[in-house]
Amino acid sequence: MIVRFLLNGTETEADAAATETLLDFLRERKGLTGTKEGCNEGDCGACTVMVTDATGSKALNSCILFMGQLAGKAVRTVEGVSGPDGTLHPVQSAMVSHHGSQCGFCTPGFVVSMAVAHLNGETDHDDRLAGNLCRCTGYAPIVRAAEAASAEPVPDWMSADAEALTSPFLSTGPSLDGASAEAPFVPTSADALAEWFVAHPDATLVAGATDVGLWVTKQLRDLSPVAFLNQCDDLKGIAVGDGEIRVGAMTSVSDFGAAIAPHHPSLGELIRRYGSVQVRNAATVGGNIANGSPIGDSPPALIALGATLHLRRGGDRRTLPLQDFFLDYGKQDRQPGEFVEAVTIPRQPDRLRCYKLSKRFDQDISAVCGCFSITVENDTVAEARIAFGGMAGIPKRAAAVEAALTGRPWTADTVTAALPAFAEDFQPLTDMRASAEYRLRAATNMLARYFHEDSGTAANVLEVAP
Amino acid sequence: MTVAKPLPHDAAPLHVTGAARYVDDIPVPANTLHLAFGLSRKARARVSLELSAVRAAPGVDLVLSAADFDTVPDCSPSAHDEPLVALDEVFYAGHPLFIVAARSYGAARRAATRAEIVYEELPAILTVDDAMAADSRFEDGPRIHTKGDVDAALAAAPHVVEGSIDIGGQEHFYLEGQAALAFPTDDGGVIVHSSTQHPTEIQHKVAEALGIPMHGVRVETRRMGGGFGGKESQGNHLAIACAVVAARTGRPAKMRYDRDDDFVITGKRHDCRIDYRAGFDNDGLCLGVDFLQLVRCGWSMDLSLPVADRAMLHADNAYLLPAARITSHRLKTNTQSATAFRGFGGPQGMVGIERVMDHAAHVLGLDPLDVRRRNYYREAGGGDEAAPGPKPAMAAWAPMPTTDLKGRGSMKIETPMGGSRRYKGTHSPRPKELPNTTPYGMEVEDFILNAMTDRLVETCDYAARVEAVAAWNAANPVLKRGIALTPVKFGISFTLTHLNQAGALVHVYNDGSVVLNHGGTEMGQGLFQKVAQVAADRFGLPMEAVKITATDTAKVPNTSATAASSGSDLNGMAVKAACDTLRDRIAEVVAPELQAEPASIRFEEGMLRANGAEMPWAEAVTKTYLARVSLSATGFYATPKIAWDRIAGRGRPFFYFAHGVACSEVVIDTLTGENRILRTDILHDCGRSLNPAIDMGQIEGGFVQGAGWLTTEELVWDGSGVLRTHAPSTYKIPACSDRPKVFNVALWDGENREDTIYRSKAVGEPPFMLGISVHSALADACAACGPNWPDLQAPATAEAVLAAVGRARG
Repeated sequence: MIVRFLLNGTETEADAAATETLLDFLRERKGLTGTKEGCNEGDCGACTVMVTDATGSKALNSCILFMGQLAGKAVRTVEGVSGPDGTLHPVQSAMVSHHGSQCGFCTPGFVVSMAVAHLNGETDHDDRLAGNLCRCTGYAPIVRAAEAASAEPVPDWMSADAEALTSPFLSTGPSLDGASAEAPFVPTSADALAEWFVAHPDATLVAGATDVGLWVTKQLRDLSPVAFLNQCDDLKGIAVGDGEIRVGAMTSVSDFGAAIAPHHPSLGELIRRYGSVQVRNAATVGGNIANGSPIGDSPPALIALGATLHLRRGGDRRTLPLQDFFLDYGKQDRQPGEFVEAVTIPRQPDRLRCYKLSKRFDQDISAVCGCFSITVENDTVAEARIAFGGMAGIPKRAAAVEAALTGRPWTADTVTAALPAFAEDFQPLTDMRASAEYRLRAATNMLARYFHEDSGTAANVLEVAP
Repeated sequence: MTVAKPLPHDAAPLHVTGAARYVDDIPVPANTLHLAFGLSRKARARVSLELSAVRAAPGVDLVLSAADFDTVPDCSPSAHDEPLVALDEVFYAGHPLFIVAARSYGAARRAATRAEIVYEELPAILTVDDAMAADSRFEDGPRIHTKGDVDAALAAAPHVVEGSIDIGGQEHFYLEGQAALAFPTDDGGVIVHSSTQHPTEIQHKVAEALGIPMHGVRVETRRMGGGFGGKESQGNHLAIACAVVAARTGRPAKMRYDRDDDFVITGKRHDCRIDYRAGFDNDGLCLGVDFLQLVRCGWSMDLSLPVADRAMLHADNAYLLPAARITSHRLKTNTQSATAFRGFGGPQGMVGIERVMDHAAHVLGLDPLDVRRRNYYREAGGGDEAAPGPKPAMAAWAPMPTTDLKGRGSMKIETPMGGSRRYKGTHSPRPKELPNTTPYGMEVEDFILNAMTDRLVETCDYAARVEAVAAWNAANPVLKRGIALTPVKFGISFTLTHLNQAGALVHVYNDGSVVLNHGGTEMGQGLFQKVAQVAADRFGLPMEAVKITATDTAKVPNTSATAASSGSDLNGMAVKAACDTLRDRIAEVVAPELQAEPASIRFEEGMLRANGAEMPWAEAVTKTYLARVSLSATGFYATPKIAWDRIAGRGRPFFYFAHGVACSEVVIDTLTGENRILRTDILHDCGRSLNPAIDMGQIEGGFVQGAGWLTTEELVWDGSGVLRTHAPSTYKIPACSDRPKVFNVALWDGENREDTIYRSKAVGEPPFMLGISVHSALADACAACGPNWPDLQAPATAEAVLAAVGRARG
């Protein structure tokens, strides 16, 4: 496969295997060893690079970014964050003067994340840097450096990538001419994908690769045949209609979070804690559903909102309530050659609260993710939609709890009376994230928290001021 | 004057541009072999290997298992009990079984998965209880330190608190995984680049593996991407594997662990259980403590004996215990071989006594800080007796032994909800007749925590905040706050006395530039920068005149690990000695021209000055050269005053103590146990800091790492002994937002009483234990939920906090 992209402003043509990672390409083939491998699974950020396309400049983890996803984009590594003459970027100068590096191994990744945030004018440093782990500094000097640099102007070389995207050199997509490996399929429309996938139902579809990437880097699997969906622009985007909000399957989780937050702030907050900036920029809403994980964070929220899933196989389309897509652990209601095209969320008054419980607040997989949408009319529960991740082999509704609430007065007594129903709905497992007992207890208490918050009682440690 | 300046880390410009080179970044020849281990998936089993598919895998040039060695090289830093690859029995899940050498990293990893391994499983010993039951241990029996008659003290004590705390281990999670690269030399030797805190150990073990003298092995370490103790001995396996393959093939060999392999193969902080019984009087004065420390050491000895020793040596922390018994079992289990980690057992020992203080305060209804202050050692210079303060308050109630609480034998006191506790500002100078000695018989001569605590109590507004927390808790049914102020007194020196030595090599070139080498390694702690500041200061030169070079066993031999916080103490003094030798020689040469006694010549601002005359440094250097006087010198340092009998548990293991105090305030959610650090104030003692910016970095970073250990960092093994938290996806070190929302750190303005380098103090490990304040604050928040002792375990994950809330409520 031949892929063309810009690397630190230089036109680059690479003959690469479809699932060669950008990190390996940079380090092993280009000698650009500033980008580091810390975990090779997208959880530490040491390999962060800036990728620019028509939608802007984003931080991504290069360890789970495949060469096949790069066509036509501009990549900037830590080596390219300094100016062509070696001038330090303001975040680099600030990291030196504020003692933001100790061992230095995480530093290139931090510098890139900080430079992207600086370019985009983002100053929510704790969130921007949640995907970069540092074991030495305790982060305080890094945040001081980010704050100090934020007032400095953006160097011109940082904005050059966006301008260079129109280069004719980039208009050539990946080709079949590469010598090194079987070429991937890179459709540019949902129609093209639909046609091809019917003919290749055993293929691996790569959306954002935040999950599939690990099949390569950790499980050492061969994914071929593989299709990269990132050029299917008609699968991306969010349309807010009068009756529903339609989210294309290839919409990034970042874009989804930004679009949904005004309608459902608690879901926006859940997405803020979903993975990290780098992961959210790569991950897609469709991927988070289609992989069928019992611990993905968007399905319980979408189920609580009564979302509908849109599936397509060839020219055939069908819809089903999202909750019905998840049949059993590792098993979804998806036919061979069928893929997720979109999810739609009915417009509704916001009653949603999402409670993500994990060992660490940021960038952690949920032990329990409880999402509640309880509609109260005339002090009576008119409808309760409650769904959980981490409590069963699939994202699952709490049917017995819902029944115990519906039609009853919205009072502490009703809530207390409904609590035992959790044990009817869920028999969770013990694993490295939490014990079964704790999961059930915490899930149960989340209903109490919903009631407390609905009654105006403070119940969120993240909202407590020092 | 370059010392005491807050200069940036010497490599910071290289770090931020990606130019700083680590082992895996070193360009290698195209014929380099890349290595991977095949690992056991069982905790204990007899194994047989069928490796033909591995050998036949694409790109594989060599596969080595135990059958391919006459004698399998040993990797142990202590007991010769760690063969490079398992012989015919594996002792933990993750045990290396064979080595694959292939033409790429990916090829080696893929090939390693092709092995057919037949396991004949044997009963595995996984927990400290398993090990105690099986008498599976290192050393013949427990080590015991005793002071006074603890049984009599406990029998006579008005109050006895009794309990137990499980303290989890900790993965180092250095961002740079373990790595080594070996180049064969033309004379049968090897040059090894290793990410190690201990190049001499690598040299020694590689020479042993190759059957050649140490002079045939040169080990170079420019920098590590973090160490934290995890690269004191754990790099041996990779370096030896690379050296063996390089020797057999004549090709360079490189090995780095994938992060998951790093988790699964390498040792971590020792987890342990500490049982305690402690006697107190009504005012919170400790009369005696009996500790039982059950230390899980894993499958091989590694550094476990001195780690467990240091846990014993910090069982007193800041407290003068009239009677104490510390019993330490070093238990052998079928798990990763626990190893050095920042604090080296000290943190575990300290958690034990801090837990006792909290427990006693809870039982007695006193503010925990009052109990702590009442038990502090006497201040150096008697400063505590001069300190003003209210008299110890009388207990306002009659302590009544009631029912046993949760079977732990402590006495139940009805503590009013909402927290009526008041900080009374207790100052309690200990009577002179009680010797100011540790349980191991060392006189505490330099204690300054009374004054430091006074200062922090004032600057962090402790007393008012204790009341504010209580008021807030009374108004909030779901969320509860907690606050705690805890001290750290940490002993500085290797407890293995002979390790307390260091060497340095300093060259001055004709042009006046200086190159500096010493035995210490750079892992991010800023050692190179600090020591270069010392050298620049001795010569009166700007920093640019001094070049820092990679640690190299061919330049400075027989070095100790860069560990035990000793790096700048030892190497700074050795460099100073070398520089002073050169100063003396140069001064001797130029003294006639300056018409001054050599000893009166000052080296400052790039000049040699005396009696109003001066000569530029470069000119003085040239004159020295022309006078045929050597401009190269070695320096050496051995720490004075220390003497330690580890078997008897008696002596002076430490040259001095470093101190710190931290006050943390937290909030917990009583529905889920989720929690946040709201604010931390720290006052830390670095003596006369060599570089305040670097020291601040150690304090901030150490605190956050310590807080992580006791909160979110949970290692989970399943019932068959397989580590389930083997990547950052499942093992959670603190992220950016986990640092305290308000984080105030200050240096204590003092100097080391002992004659250390510029009167500074070691700073690598001590701040780690300031993180204990977070655990105590979380326990305090849990205690606000009900009348009972919450018995919070460690790490205080959300799950553990919720359990403690439940116990507090009863």
